[in-house]
Amino acid sequence: MAAPAIDLQGVACTFVSKDHHGQRYTAVQGVDLSVGAGEFVSVVGPTGCGKSTLLNVAAGLLAPSAGSVQIFGEPLTGTNRRAGYMFQAESLMPWRTALQNVMAGLQFQGVAQAEARTRAQEWLARVGLADFGDRYPHQMSGGMRKRASLAQTLVLDPDIILMDEPFSALDIQTRQLMENEVLSLWQAQKKAVLFITHDLDEAIAMSDRVVVMSAGPASHPMGEFAIDLPRPRDVAEVKTQPRFLELHAAIWGELREEVLKGYAQQLKKA
Amino acid sequence: MWNLIKPRPATLRLWQLGLLVLLFLFWHVMTRPGLIPPFMFDNDKQAAFSFGEPIKIFGVIRDWFFINADIYQHLWVTLAETVMAFAIGAAGGLAGGLWLALSPMASAILDPYIKAMNAMPRIILAPIFAVWFGLGMGSKVALGVTLVFFIVFFNVYQGVKEVSPVVLSSARMLGASARQLLRHVYLPSVTSWVFSSLHTSVGLAFVGAVVGEYLGSSQGVGYLILQAEGSFDINTVMAGILVLTAFALVLDEMVGAIEKRLMVWQPKVGETEKL
Repeated sequence: MAAPAIDLQGVACTFVSKDHHGQRYTAVQGVDLSVGAGEFVSVVGPTGCGKSTLLNVAAGLLAPSAGSVQIFGEPLTGTNRRAGYMFQAESLMPWRTALQNVMAGLQFQGVAQAEARTRAQEWLARVGLADFGDRYPHQMSGGMRKRASLAQTLVLDPDIILMDEPFSALDIQTRQLMENEVLSLWQAQKKAVLFITHDLDEAIAMSDRVVVMSAGPASHPMGEFAIDLPRPRDVAEVKTQPRFLELHAAIWGELREEVLKGYAQQLKKA
Repeated sequence: MWNLIKPRPATLRLWQLGLLVLLFLFWHVMTRPGLIPPFMFDNDKQAAFSFGEPIKIFGVIRDWFFINADIYQHLWVTLAETVMAFAIGAAGGLAGGLWLALSPMASAILDPYIKAMNAMPRIILAPIFAVWFGLGMGSKVALGVTLVFFIVFFNVYQGVKEVSPVVLSSARMLGASARQLLRHVYLPSVTSWVFSSLHTSVGLAFVGAVVGEYLGSSQGVGYLILQAEGSFDINTVMAGILVLTAFALVLDEMVGAIEKRLMVWQPKVGETEKL
């Protein structure tokens, strides 16, 4: 069997407080998680359970305190060159136009200016921004900025796409459009996707597999559900299928308790 | 009539100019001997003596620029000192700020020294610079540089600290090397900080040049002012101040123009237009 695209084994991340060295916080512990090549995996869990931490570990932006990270069978050092990352927050460079933002990755790789421009323009068109290449981020709507980020990530043709609640700031209509777009792009190119979300509907509608995380601290995966809904899917339609409701009920049954736990902990802290 | 000149964006310049005229008119009325009876001083010459008279001041300026045409060499010296101090100080501040902000260890080691040098009243270095660099332009430039450097330095330092971590991570994930991060993320990101500091620095570069000249020199506008002061010629002192102020404004406008060109990507408030 080919090595999985992402393979986390026994990963733990402990943060040390800068001001009080005694204070530690273990965000995740004992995480085994693998994403096969071309597989779409979602991670859901209560707030503050270290979902983003896991993603940063897979991206190579954060070194785990313990455990191993392998990307296509090779241990990860430095940033993950085979992965593209879509952030939850605004990640476009505000001093570059949409086109220049999409070109950025190609420029960093040393692709010739003219070719970078053509390829970036192609991707802008694919995400529906063909005529907005000369807009600066502040001149675009939230949805357009997300599309531009998507193009910026995908223009590099990464084998792995990491997404950290990329659509959480969008309104519901834009969000469904974007989800469908991502699904159809994924369908066409079959990348490995690790998708972080707090929205169970979104997770089930989009993924092949949903991983449920326990409440933090020392959060870890506690359940896995294969999503056997037929593809291609439409995120709005799929939610009306009986199988979707079954899966939703099953996963929610497991998630509910953790969400309550996580909530109680937050109240205690506050 | 009032509707025509009511304060609004189109008549902004008119109002600014009007205010200036009013100011000089007030100055004229208060100081012109014999115009109004004295109420502060014993006789009506005293106000003119301490505050100067606008008409005489403009006379001095006219003589400088047109009749004798002897201010140009002084002005040239002062402007050259200012621009050099500004350029060297700003470049040094930018480089130093980027370097220290990006290497935390160096920053930690040098921190007390930076703080000390900033806290030190640096104007007092002028006599020392005069010893080191002579009474020519060098010592004035050096004084200006010490003033400009720290302003730009602290702004760049702060600017680097405030670079959006998400944009930074994003650029790293897109494959940017350390050099590319500096060129494509840090530098553009600190430009707004740099420019806000440059506006303050222009004035300080002038301060460095003029104070330096004032403390010992043979040419420059500061030298003219010093000479006039020696003979209690308040009109010439005021004329020198006015000329310097005008040129400081011009330099600041130039910085503003460059800023406007470089900062097109920044959102401006109220971009809508009423139809």
